[in-house]
Amino acid sequence: MLLILCPWCGRRPENEFHYAGEAHIARPSDPAAVDDARWAEFLHARSNPKGTHAERWQHLHGCGRLFNCVRDTVSDRISATYKPTEAVSQ
Amino acid sequence: MTGAFRTPVGGRIDRSKPLSFSFDGRRFVGCHGDTLASALLANGVHLVGRSFKYHRPRGILSAGAEEPNALVTLDRGEGRVTPNLRATQIELYDGLRARSQNCFPSLACDFGAVSNALAPLLSAGFYYKTFMWPRTFWRHVYEPAIRAAAGLGRVPTTPDADRYIHRYAHCDVLVVGAGAAGLAAAVAASTNGERVVLCDEQSEFGGSLHAESAPVDGVAASEWLEQALATLRQRAQVTMLPRTTAFGWFPDQLIGLAERVTDHLADPDHRLPRERLWHVRARRVVIATGAVERPLVFTGNDRPGIMLADAARIYCRRYGVKAGTRVVIATADDSAYAAGVALRAAGASVCAVADLRAEATDLARASGLPMLLGVGVANTTGTRRVSRVTLSNGESISCDLVLMCGGWIPSVHLYSQSRAKLRYDEAIGVFLPGAWTEQVRCAGACNGTLDVNACVQEGDAAGAGADAPARASVRTSIVVPPWTGGGKAFVDFQNDVTTKDLFIAASEGFRSIEHVKRYTTAGMATDQGKTANLNVMATVAALTHRNVPAVGHTTYRMPYTPVTFGALAGAARGGLFEPLRHTPMHDWAWAHGAVFENVGQWQRARWFARPGEDMERAVERECLTVRTEVGVFDASTLGKIEVTGPDAAEFLDRIYTGSFLRLAQGRCRYGLLLTEAGCVMDDGVVARLAPDRFHVTTTTGGAAHVLHHMEDYRQTEFPDLHVWLTSTTEQWAVIAVQGPSARQVIAPLADIDIAPAAMPHMSVRECHVCDVPARLFRVSFTGELGYEINVPSDYGPAVWEAVLAAGQAHGIAPYGTEAMHVLRAEKGYIVVGQETDGTVIPADVGLDWTIARAKRDFVGKRSLMLPDMQRPERKHLVGLLSSEVLEEGAQLVADHGNRSMGHVTSAYWSAALQQPIALALLSSGRARIGQNLTVPMQHGSTAVRVTDSVFYDRQGERLHG
Repeated sequence: MLLILCPWCGRRPENEFHYAGEAHIARPSDPAAVDDARWAEFLHARSNPKGTHAERWQHLHGCGRLFNCVRDTVSDRISATYKPTEAVSQ
Repeated sequence: MTGAFRTPVGGRIDRSKPLSFSFDGRRFVGCHGDTLASALLANGVHLVGRSFKYHRPRGILSAGAEEPNALVTLDRGEGRVTPNLRATQIELYDGLRARSQNCFPSLACDFGAVSNALAPLLSAGFYYKTFMWPRTFWRHVYEPAIRAAAGLGRVPTTPDADRYIHRYAHCDVLVVGAGAAGLAAAVAASTNGERVVLCDEQSEFGGSLHAESAPVDGVAASEWLEQALATLRQRAQVTMLPRTTAFGWFPDQLIGLAERVTDHLADPDHRLPRERLWHVRARRVVIATGAVERPLVFTGNDRPGIMLADAARIYCRRYGVKAGTRVVIATADDSAYAAGVALRAAGASVCAVADLRAEATDLARASGLPMLLGVGVANTTGTRRVSRVTLSNGESISCDLVLMCGGWIPSVHLYSQSRAKLRYDEAIGVFLPGAWTEQVRCAGACNGTLDVNACVQEGDAAGAGADAPARASVRTSIVVPPWTGGGKAFVDFQNDVTTKDLFIAASEGFRSIEHVKRYTTAGMATDQGKTANLNVMATVAALTHRNVPAVGHTTYRMPYTPVTFGALAGAARGGLFEPLRHTPMHDWAWAHGAVFENVGQWQRARWFARPGEDMERAVERECLTVRTEVGVFDASTLGKIEVTGPDAAEFLDRIYTGSFLRLAQGRCRYGLLLTEAGCVMDDGVVARLAPDRFHVTTTTGGAAHVLHHMEDYRQTEFPDLHVWLTSTTEQWAVIAVQGPSARQVIAPLADIDIAPAAMPHMSVRECHVCDVPARLFRVSFTGELGYEINVPSDYGPAVWEAVLAAGQAHGIAPYGTEAMHVLRAEKGYIVVGQETDGTVIPADVGLDWTIARAKRDFVGKRSLMLPDMQRPERKHLVGLLSSEVLEEGAQLVADHGNRSMGHVTSAYWSAALQQPIALALLSSGRARIGQNLTVPMQHGSTAVRVTDSVFYDRQGERLHG
């Protein structure tokens, strides 16, 4: 079971958290202004990499907050977690 | 006497404490300190099981966890039958009852042994190739017969009577294995005050030290062991766990340990759990898991009486058991000589040592045993036990025990599970752990170090966190060439895989070791090929003209040895498997004949049985009560979210399809929630209590999901909004009062005016009901005049009973979820998850009226503009009338057609209409109203007429009372 560093609460076991998909996929600020292809990309296109992946986790059974996390999808190693307002810091 | 083959002295068993036990009904006597295997051998029992495929007689191969053959079923009474236990690891207790497996009618006379004669049909991949014709025979003839004959042990049929618990622990250093290396590591680690957990799968700490004859650190092995144990016992920061297997490695140094607490006791304290599952999070891990002796592959190497050499030494020196009297040893390694010396000292005669090596080592020469250099075993004979060995030099020797040793296989399972890489050592022909890291160090035999003093040094350094000591370049074994002789030479005893099976796999083009494993089954089942895998890899390498590292090893997976389901489940059984949620009025419902159904984790009253009523009649009565008088319904399970803050209305505007900015205080609005893809996700009522406070309800099953969905948007997409979300689902008991007389029932109980003018449909009031602070909603999910009284949960039962008492004069009765469903279906109200399936958009189910089109944006809005959402052939919600109640999920087809045009989502007997009704999702459904279609069901097709989805009170007049 992974240990995940919640930026607010500290290191906690994985089962306190909820995975919430790829990070840094910004919702268009004016959805009506984007074309169908761009909107479909926002909805469905994900990078699904083998390797480093920026993803969102929520500390569901803790502070409830969502944060970002950089995890290697091969080794499962987490190299960084950071608040949504922060930049990645290793 | 505790067995005819027991030595008069020596070993760690207590001859003064005899224990009686039975094996296949035969009674034997062993003694305290025995394993089942050592006690059987002491009684001269070698034949303990039949093999998996060919039902060949099998004996005890090893003295430890690697045992592939000696699998038995232990019977401790009802609910306490455990199959597939390794006799080599079962501690003997008085009254132990064990059974052999995989034989019928008896071990000595087994009908299944005929499959040995059918062996040509059962080679690698046989289930893909033979028994294929005639085709229909597979299902009814071959498969049942094979299934009956195959398998290891029988699955218990009664619930497990024992109790299991989980424990969580954190430590600085976890040491796995308490042999010489592990003990040294634990002592070194705890010297500087670190918290240490030391575990070992055996009953006693010490590992190979119990059978060690060489001095350790200048003193006798037993003395060194006592000192180490005494030191560890004095240190409070050391937790010592015998009978505890480290079975799995999980990310971030979480190690699973299975501790067997009572299995070794004849009469365990009932307060103790049978097993404890430890979740140990360790800063560092020292793996000192030892090594397993490698069997030799030769024709007939599987007969009872053929044993790993070191196992025989352990039986002799630790258990005082002479496994045979006339011994032949086949080896490629010095360690087998120690076994020969031990058995000779116990009075056995060692007839010959066939050493595959061309030259004698000093150690071998010093043993004084009769050596034959460059010689191997060619064949063996003997039916239920080996009786003769033919050597490769043509010599034939009569014997009752053959010992084999092909070197040592480091137990790198746990290390490999940690995802660390193994390296292949050409000199000794095994996979070894990689370099030491801060987190993981391997010490002792699992690191390829066999000399006991070198093990201690390595353990000491590993425990202290120091650098690895220089490895002593002691090489005592050669890499055994793969067997190329004929006959049945087994590489995997447990799965009956022979060199011939590997040859077939290779000649059919299987090259990947993972494919070979799955095709031949080598390395599968309960032992996971602990003794087999290396021989498999070496043989496949030779057959495919590659070297072993190019072939590679199969993935080491947890568990190292089988773990009981009980231990994994722990306390999470029965009522504790998943928490059941009860409403405040649950006990009342229980006492009043409610029949419950599970909705998510909730238990809800489905219907209330009156004497003489079945479900059909009760539901009909409950429906009619609501339509003609008044019914009361426990709606407490509805999800509730309190949305507060200056931007609460703006937030709801962005989340729901409707508009809430201008929703007046005291008013409610139906709220429809979409996914970003535009599909219906949930629905409920949004009530404005104050400019900055909303009471939002969700479906019963969707409560948590909706809150997460809202939280996600609040935190990440709309962080600029000042709004807070609080789950209040369990804070409110919800009593729905529905029916023409609802107002008369509630009016006397409430402290406000609830007349239509004062409290219209879709309004909310904060007031008191029965003097209890309440949020009173005027809403309806039945189509009748309705109210929902929200009171703090603790007051729920009292207010519920007060409502029932007040309703007596109006014919009030409680109704359950089944009637609720019928009533809402009569009105064409959808249930999210029943009429919707994650692909349904508002217009499909006639809810596009909820959409505030003037809003710039809300979650899901943009997706509704995609071309797919405009297709006229989308499935629409329609009603169906039929002559019988349809099956939910049944398909809709045109007359004589076979293409599905949609499906039935809800189907009931309508009490109000006195006929079956159904809701359905039908392609271009609104255009098909009035058409006749067919619904194929299990017993035949039935005709349906497509109608509007509202069956009752189409004008909605009844809502207004």
